Parts: sequence; structure tokens; C-alpha cells
Amino acid sequence: MALLQISEPGQSPQPHQRKHTVGIDLGTTNSLVATVRSGMAEVLADEQGRELLPSVAHYTSEGVSCVGYEAAEHNISDPLNTLASVKRLMGRGLADVKAFGDQLPYEFAADDGGMPKIKTVAGLVSPIQVSAEILRKLAGRAEIAFDSMLDGAVITVPAYFDDAQRQATKDAATLAGIKVLRLLNEPTAAAIAYGLDQDEDQERTIAIYDLGGGTFDISILRLSKGVFEVLATGGDSALGGDDFDHAIADWLRQQIGMDGDLSPIQQRILLEAAKSAKEELTESEQVELQIHDWQGTITRPLMHDLIDGLIDKTLRACKRSLRDAGLTSDSIDNVILVGGSTRTPRVGAKVAELFGREPLCNLNPDQVVAMGAALQAEVLVGNKSGDDMLLLDVIPLSLGVETMGGLIEKIIHRNTTIPVAKAQEFTTFKDGQTAMAIHILQGERELATDCRSLARFELRGIPPMVAGGAKIRVAYQVDADGLLSVSARELTSNVESRIEVKPSYGLGEEEITNMLQASFSHARDDMQARALREQQVEADRMIEDLLAAIYKDGDALLDKEERRCLKVAIEELREVRESTTEHRPLARQIESVAKASEEFAARRMDASIKSALAGQTLDEIEKG
Amino acid sequence: MAITMTSAAEQHVVKHLEHRAKGVGIRLGVRTTGCSGLSYVLEFVDDAAAEDEVFLCGEVKLIIDPKSLLYLDGTELDYVKEGLNEGFEFKNPNVKDECGCGESFHI
Repeated sequence: MALLQISEPGQSPQPHQRKHTVGIDLGTTNSLVATVRSGMAEVLADEQGRELLPSVAHYTSEGVSCVGYEAAEHNISDPLNTLASVKRLMGRGLADVKAFGDQLPYEFAADDGGMPKIKTVAGLVSPIQVSAEILRKLAGRAEIAFDSMLDGAVITVPAYFDDAQRQATKDAATLAGIKVLRLLNEPTAAAIAYGLDQDEDQERTIAIYDLGGGTFDISILRLSKGVFEVLATGGDSALGGDDFDHAIADWLRQQIGMDGDLSPIQQRILLEAAKSAKEELTESEQVELQIHDWQGTITRPLMHDLIDGLIDKTLRACKRSLRDAGLTSDSIDNVILVGGSTRTPRVGAKVAELFGREPLCNLNPDQVVAMGAALQAEVLVGNKSGDDMLLLDVIPLSLGVETMGGLIEKIIHRNTTIPVAKAQEFTTFKDGQTAMAIHILQGERELATDCRSLARFELRGIPPMVAGGAKIRVAYQVDADGLLSVSARELTSNVESRIEVKPSYGLGEEEITNMLQASFSHARDDMQARALREQQVEADRMIEDLLAAIYKDGDALLDKEERRCLKVAIEELREVRESTTEHRPLARQIESVAKASEEFAARRMDASIKSALAGQTLDEIEKG
Repeated sequence: MAITMTSAAEQHVVKHLEHRAKGVGIRLGVRTTGCSGLSYVLEFVDDAAAEDEVFLCGEVKLIIDPKSLLYLDGTELDYVKEGLNEGFEFKNPNVKDECGCGESFHI
């Protein structure tokens, strides 16, 4: 029996036409799935009424044995085959992963695609496969709830996820058989859940403070005319509410006088006591504890002493992000609390103090991201008519192509709203050139070597023409999920080549910030470097052209002395080109060679006109 | 002629109307479509039409057009949970047979 939901006036779906959609918050520690019922976003619980799904999968020699709570139970007994926190690995390279080696207990193996795989008894497992298992479990929960197949999902990702990490998330969904309506930034989803996107006229700046179990993210968004722009992101990928528990557990340990190494069981007992004390203190002023024969009291002020240092760390990250965005705390219109650890009242109070306003926290902070995603999914699939919530995001770093001299030509500038398509025409550098290398770069610096290389491909089969004759149109397209595809087409012959960008390793939020910062601090160097490279390219072209001309027409048009002079001028230019680090001396040298070869160029022009006219009557010339 | 609803349905309707923050009640109706003839309409109402019949059920107005009322007379709106699936159900005494999924029906 199909059960009904209340629709907006005039929008009751036809029988069997209702599209079933969900929003999925694919988290590092826990994941959730939500849907919209009668206009309200609701998180879907499993058969036991549990809303969270631990983002954990357990593998045996047969393959995946279980996902979620059951899998998490194997954490201590079988840590190497119990895969958790794989979100940290999505779209990363082996080198990145080695950097958090001490955080994750797994053994990694390189893969041809560049993404690391985890060694388990079931063989090598990629982070994408693990994410797919989690997504499949959540989609299954939704399909039972709908008693129907799923028509599509919106999946959330951190705002700082780059193309590779987004693509990896999409691949996981595809593997799980889920149609991705779009990927949505987590802070954007939180803002949607609070309905902040509904007030279209007002431009506003929103800070989203997201403190989970093991990660902290701060995002500053600007919302104007239904477009969310990420102004800055920051955080700490190794700081969360679990650290509160550890701080309290350490204190307990001192009080009890437990020395030496603790057994895993003892550690667990302490941590659980700490956690329940933390949770009780959100309601009461103090809590009595009994562990073995030790008895004691933890008061709120005591807990604050223990955790304030950790909270202050998050506030420093907030201030940094504000600075990156060029804002002060009083220019923030709304602050949203996300993540279960923001339930600790001290966190909300300190955040309120920093921003000078009460944060929004009336929605369940664990659920708010999934709820926003569900609302967005409902719009995208057309259940809710009207484009009252057409959301756009922006690309975090400029995308460009390498040009001669190792320079970057930016095709799509940072903060352009997506989806977007832009094209630019390029040409060949040498006579008879039949191929062109397209090197796709991301970043704000002027030299290709200072930017991040995303992909390379070649356009072959360009018909041989004089340098500058071919017209090659390079088109960049970024879809609504922030994924890039690039095509290059030679316009006279229509030969074409294209690539989908799946870069082999990812960028962290910090690296994006660093890349931006570097572009500011190196602005002057970059300007000079670009000027120098441009002159170097010009010098190379001049040397090449002149040598070719001398080879072709030197015997006929130059006497010995003229020829020697030109050769000397070319040599001098070559020397300056190799030795100088300033563009001005090189520019002067180019100028002087141009002067020295002026006469030769004029004679060649005359000669070519003569040869073109030879054998034609005046009549023919006038007609032509 | 009358339309009623269970207290479970009433609770949910009140909750949804409060969340929506506008609307005078909900509309029950039928229209001719679907694999088996007729299908149900369940919508929020911002403005009732002059010809609509209104049944007050607790604090909620159930609004229905006179034509639909012919097909729905005696119907009780219920809210049911079947495992993870939950939603509204029309308990309509006039139904002779319905398609397998229950989304459309015959009188």
C-alpha cells in the first residue's frame, strides 16, 4: 500500500509519479539519510530506530560482512579489517595518505589510478568501495521506508573537497547504484536546512561551525540572489568532540591514580565514563562518577577548564578564516552550529562570544546537513515546483592551461559560479606543427610550475600550417558538481580531443588557502616571472624565425658582412636570453635584433611580392 | 455526508501545518487518472474555494470539493507506520477495487 504525503496546493503527484529522493550526509565518523515528507525534512531511522550509521565496514575473506554499528564492534578485535574514517582517504594520493599514517591503522598499497587501497583479508579495498557500502546501506534504508526504488540523491561533501575528492564521492555513489542529483557542500546544506536561502533579496554572510567527533570545519559563505559562494574554509582534521572525552579521561586517570600503560579495556571504561559525564553536564551543573572503587564529582567549571583549550583552538581557526575572507566577526549575519559536539553548551557559548551573536542551533546538529541535502534533492527532482531554490556554488581556484614559456592562461577564474563553460582560442607556435600538448592547471600563480597540475592530454592530427595558422579552441566545462572536462578542437579540420579530469591526488583545505596566500605574497615575483617568460618566448620565436629566414633567403638577399652581423646579433640575443633574470635587458636585446634585421625583412618582403607578381599581367593584378 | 480523521493523522497534519507556517487546512480529493481510474489528492490549502465543503476535525479543517465528496463520503484519513514506511492513508468505504499499489482505485 502506497502511503501518501501532503503536497503543496495543486501539486499532488500523479499515481506512481512521485519521485523518491534523499539527502545523504556521508560523514567521516557517522552518516545519515534524510527525506522530505509533507514538506518537512526528516532523518530516516533504521529498524532499531537508530538515525546515525557509523561510517564503518568490516571485511572478512568473503568480502564485506557488515556495515555500520555491527561493523564498528569489530574495531578492537579486528582493527585491520574494520575500515573506518575512509572519507579522509577519498581522492587522495598515497603520499597524502602516508601523512596521516599515524591516525589510521591500515596498511596501504598503491593503485594504478593513484588512489591508495587498503590491504584487508578480502584483498585490496579502495576507499571508494567502502564509501559505496555505506551509501548502499543508507539507500537500502530509504528504499524500505519508501517501499520503492530511489530516484536520486543529493550527497554532501566538505566545502574544501577538490575535484578528485568530489569525483571519488560520485564514483562511490555510482558503484552503490545511486543516481547522484548533485553533490552539495556541507555548510551550504546546513544553511538550506535553516531556510536561509529562502530570503532572496538580502545578501548575507553565514559562518558554519561544524564540530564533529573527530574533525572541525569552519566555513564562511556569502549568500546573494540564491547563490552560495564559499569565502573561506578552515579547520582541523584532527580535532573533535572525542578530544573532549580524552581530556576528561586523562583527568579521571590522574584522579584515580592509574599509572603506566592502560589496557584497551581500561581505556575504554575511562573514555565511556568521560563521555557520559560530558553528556550529562550539558543538562546538569555537576555529575557524580564511580569507577571501580574511586568516587568523585565533575562540575561544569572543572570540565570547562579541561576543554577550553580545545575550544579555543577552534576559535583561532574561525578567526583565521574570517581573516582569509577579509571579514570581521561583526560582519557575519548568521552563525550555524553543526555536528554533535556543538551540543556541549560551552561550545555554543564561546562561539556566540566570538561572533557576538547567538548561533542557530534549534535543529538537531547531527542531522542538519542531511536535512538540507534532502530539501535540495526534493527541488532538483521536481517534486517541489518552482526554481525558488536554484543553488549554485563557485569554483575555489582558477582553472587554466599552460602556454608557451611555462605560463598559465586562466580560462575560468576562481569564484566563478558553476556550472560554467568557457573557451579560448590558441594557435600553433611552429611551422608545420601537428600536435599540441594541453596541460590543465589549477591555481592563482603565474607560472605553471607554481600551480597544481590536474591533467595533460594531446591534440594530434592538426594539419600542417605556418606558425599561428591553426585555430585551436580549448573549452573548459565545470558541471554542477564541480567536475571539470576539457576539450581541444582544431577549427579548420575539426580534429578534437577531450579529457575528464580525475586528478590523481587531492588538495586539503589548507593547501587551497596556502595556494591563495602564495599568489598574494608572490604577486610581484610572479609578475616579473611572467614578464621574463614572455620575453623569453618572444626571443625564442625571433631566433627561430631569423635562422629559418637566413637559411632560406640568406644567400640571395644578404652579403657576407650583413650575414655575419645578423649571426652575431642572434648569438648575443641567445646569450642574454640564457643569462638574464630580468625581462628588461632581454626586451632591449630583442629590440636591437629587430632593428638589425629590419633591412633583411624589408628585402624579403620585396622579394616575395616580386615573386608573387612575376608572370602576371597588370590586368590580372587589378582584377585580383 | 462526512469526512473524519484519526488522532494519529490529526497530530501529523497539525505538525506539518505548523512547520509550513501558513495554510487554512488540508484538501482531500480525488481525480481521474492512474492505472485503475481514480487517485487521491492530499494537499495543503491556502484559500478554500466558495463551493468547498469544510469538515472541522479537532482543530484542523478538512476541505473537499463537492464532486470529490461523492467518492470520499465516509472516508477516514489515517496516518500509518509500516516498518520504516510511514504516511497518510485514505480509508474509503466506497472503493470497489484498487490497483496493486493502492495509489489508484475504482468506485
